[in-house]
Amino acid sequence: MKILKTIALILLIAFIAIQFFPTERNESDVIPKTDFLLVNNPPENIGTLLKESCYDCHSNNTEYPWYNKMQPAAWFLEEHIKEGKAELNFNEWENYSDRRKNSKLKSIINQIKDDEMPLSSYTLFHRDAILSDAEKKTLIDYMTKIKDSLE
Amino acid sequence: MKNVKVTTAILAMAFVSLTAMSCKDGKKEKSEDAMHSEMSSEEGHHHDEGMEHDEMEGSNDSMDSEAQASDAKQVMADYMELKNALVATNKDDAAKAGKKLESTLNGFDVSGYTAEQQTELKDIIADAKEHAEHIGKSEMDHQREHFKTLSKDMMDMVAITGTENTLYQQFCPMYDGGSAWLSMEKEIKNPYYGSKMMACGKVQKEIN
Repeated sequence: MKILKTIALILLIAFIAIQFFPTERNESDVIPKTDFLLVNNPPENIGTLLKESCYDCHSNNTEYPWYNKMQPAAWFLEEHIKEGKAELNFNEWENYSDRRKNSKLKSIINQIKDDEMPLSSYTLFHRDAILSDAEKKTLIDYMTKIKDSLE
Repeated sequence: MKNVKVTTAILAMAFVSLTAMSCKDGKKEKSEDAMHSEMSSEEGHHHDEGMEHDEMEGSNDSMDSEAQASDAKQVMADYMELKNALVATNKDDAAKAGKKLESTLNGFDVSGYTAEQQTELKDIIADAKEHAEHIGKSEMDHQREHFKTLSKDMMDMVAITGTENTLYQQFCPMYDGGSAWLSMEKEIKNPYYGSKMMACGKVQKEIN
């Protein structure tokens, strides 16, 4: 048992130590004029769905629950947000050309349809972000409408 | 003692995830390094062309357009490789071709085109690069989804750069409400279905 205690102590120290490694927080008070919701002004339910299920990783502002401010979860999250924003940043929507908007919309539609987004590793902790079948249809129909208006 | 065990388990998990994280970072750095070396060899390539420029002063313009024609030609060659892999329903080859196309697009020099064409080309390249990247790491059905939009990008690109080889714009009315692609040969070989529906489609347009 002594060995166990020693190991526990070492791990505890490691756990505390990694808390001191800072991560970059994805937080911003400013919603730029190029934001998807500002530009397209969708019905309120669409806005709520997008903010709840997508904006944490696909905008400049993440709402962090307390456990995501702890390491190593924070690192894990940081990586995901970086990747998510590189693929699609709803805050930057109007900066995308029509060609790219079209590509993004196509991907949004396909990924929601195929249950690839929101990520299951994300919805595991964010139960609110799970999209019901009806919500999926609402979003897909809306995105399809926007996409058709581009062409 | 039970408490100690539980604590140990939790901390062990924390430790494992920490280790996993650092491994992941390590890998990432490696792949970035690989990218760098790829990029620098790319740069080297362009640099060589630049040197030739200096030697052949006075014919700069023709050299420029030649180098650019070769960029566009290489993009088309990579695209055809990708298309053939999709025709053969070979996911790994398609992924490889996608990555190659992505790196060719990265090195695409647009400087010799008019300002308007440059804007358009940069837009096409940015979009195509994303599709190529995804094709490099996706399953077959996703590769084909991205290939559809990529094909549109390629058609728009060819409209600007022109092409030395005759290209055939072909069209399959069945895939995703109708989808087009480019081919070097007139005969239909369907990249969206492969052997399932190899001959589905028709030539829409001949591009010279």
